[in-house]
Amino acid sequence: MSIFIDTSTRLAVQGITGRDGSFHTQQMVEYGTNVVAGVTPGKGGQSFEAGDRSIPIFNTMDEAVQATGANASVVYVPPAFASGAIMEAADSGVDLVVAITEGIPVQDMTRAYAFVRDRGARLLGPNCPGLISPGKGKVGIIPAQITTEGPVGVVSRSGTLTYEAVHQLTEAGIGQTTCVGIGGDPIIGTNFIDCLEAFTADPDTRAVVMIGEIGGTDEQEAAAWVKANMDIPVVGFIAGQTAPPGRTMGHAGAIISGSAGTAEEKIRVFEENGIAVARRPVDIRDLIKEALGL
Amino acid sequence: MDIHEYQAKEIFIKAGLPVPPGDVATTPAEAETLAKELGGRVVVKAQVHTGGRGKAGGVKLASSPEEARGHAEAILGMSINGLTVQKVLITPAEDISSEAYVGVLIDRKKQSATFMVSPEGGVDIEAVAETNPDAILRVPVDPRYGLLPHQAYRMATFLYEDPKLVKQATRVMHQLYTAFSDNSCSLAEINPLIVTPEGDVKAIDAKVSIDDNALPALPEVAAYRDTDAEPPSETKAREAALSFVKLDGNVGCCVNGAGLAMATMDLVKYYGGDPANFLDIGGSSNPDKVVAALEIITADPNVKVILFNIFGGITRCDDVANGIVEATKRIDIQTPIYIRLTGTNETEALAILKDAGFSAYTSMDEVVETAVQFAAQA
Repeated sequence: MSIFIDTSTRLAVQGITGRDGSFHTQQMVEYGTNVVAGVTPGKGGQSFEAGDRSIPIFNTMDEAVQATGANASVVYVPPAFASGAIMEAADSGVDLVVAITEGIPVQDMTRAYAFVRDRGARLLGPNCPGLISPGKGKVGIIPAQITTEGPVGVVSRSGTLTYEAVHQLTEAGIGQTTCVGIGGDPIIGTNFIDCLEAFTADPDTRAVVMIGEIGGTDEQEAAAWVKANMDIPVVGFIAGQTAPPGRTMGHAGAIISGSAGTAEEKIRVFEENGIAVARRPVDIRDLIKEALGL
Repeated sequence: MDIHEYQAKEIFIKAGLPVPPGDVATTPAEAETLAKELGGRVVVKAQVHTGGRGKAGGVKLASSPEEARGHAEAILGMSINGLTVQKVLITPAEDISSEAYVGVLIDRKKQSATFMVSPEGGVDIEAVAETNPDAILRVPVDPRYGLLPHQAYRMATFLYEDPKLVKQATRVMHQLYTAFSDNSCSLAEINPLIVTPEGDVKAIDAKVSIDDNALPALPEVAAYRDTDAEPPSETKAREAALSFVKLDGNVGCCVNGAGLAMATMDLVKYYGGDPANFLDIGGSSNPDKVVAALEIITADPNVKVILFNIFGGITRCDDVANGIVEATKRIDIQTPIYIRLTGTNETEALAILKDAGFSAYTSMDEVVETAVQFAAQA
């Protein structure tokens, strides 16, 4: 099993003709994701060639959904237009919107998120690498070759740090049910608890890796949720122990304001709630091995 | 991006907020002239991007233009939390009957802008939140409708009983929200909002942070950036579109991805070293970016060793390896470079680097430990 996406996912790519959109559409199709439509305003009627597939391009998400039955979308639209694209997707009736775009103004996102929530869609991101369910499909930019099928769910606020952890699991022969990047922005659509809930409901997920970082209190709330609701082991990692307060560390949301957002505090709350905390990225693999009795 | 108090005041004035007059001075003579124009009794306030100005002696009351000159002399050039004061704000001294706090910020949990107001102003609001949480009213704003009239009124009545003050404060709430949303702020704060003995509500301090992601769409606000208030290396990094934060250690770090960059710094610490910086080079293997990154890192005299940590996913390791080789041909670097690359095309990358005479690794722990050891001996 997997979370959020599976073999019934019919994906529309918003911004399919752009540099990132076209490259990653090729990668997704190659991996077996069912990409049914592309959307680029002004290019409706054209098509996008990926392998032996010819993917129709539409001007709007509405047309894409009506013509192809798309039930999910991925957004590779530049930051100035991305919040509009997210709302357009939610309005078209898809269940899942994955926003890869980095650099969307936060106040744009507060509006977009309220809109998406009203439409009942799930938003993943923005500023996230998307998700991959090894063997079933991927939506976003996570490199498929570092993943393999198996029993571990991975959820993270980061991109390359997640790849590092997943790569080490895969090298050690430990596969994943789904790897989800929830994004590094202050306002994101899907948080740790949403993913933990989904992993808990998935019978194939037997352990979870949760990779957090400085800023906000999402990790602390997730830790309390783990203690109250989860029977399977959770291994945690927090990046940013050496980050100075008050400075944004690359991700817009990675900033310590006050005492709650520090790595020390998050690690302390993880441990208090029974989450085994890896001190180094390489320890994630070893703690998962231990948790699974491997 | 943090902006100075005098710049925040400009934003507040545009939104119609009741802000007393005032201007900035960069010399004691200018301070004296301004003080004269403002009637003699003024406050001289250091303009630096840090809190605790008052405690550090950066805010002084002057009863005459001559005294204002003396205070400006003392404050200009003063160092507050490591930042040198280059400008002072001269503003009339106000008589104060009461002080309140009004702020708007992005609340990550509520996923919206949220007001925080308190009748306990003029002090650190985080301290109030800890010692007397009931003294703070929080009001989240639905971004689709903006601040609603009853919300503004509710907050005003939380601060004041006198209907005349409530009326003025209600207007202040709306004006502050306008300033916050028109300028894509992540924080807009009045601390304190005062009442004068005459019964006027005034904003006598202004603190504003702007969402970096909104700056491209707001050129007027972006022009507020004060490059004198940041290390030159951070200015150069921003111009090269690199995400960079200067730190005090001696291990220069160059990593792709913000999370991995933080984890690399943490690992440097784990092995007993100290990172000299945070640097996310992004997904790019463009030699120009690698050159810029190396120039920035090597310009720091503390740096004893340079550490690359690249995870090739979408980024191809051989592209990055070529970027590093190309970059080191273009600039002369004496500092030893330790490189770790893994993932897509790592075999080709390692061959390219070894041919060019670099130490290349595939294990993150091994390269960090080795680099830290070298830095300790250098």
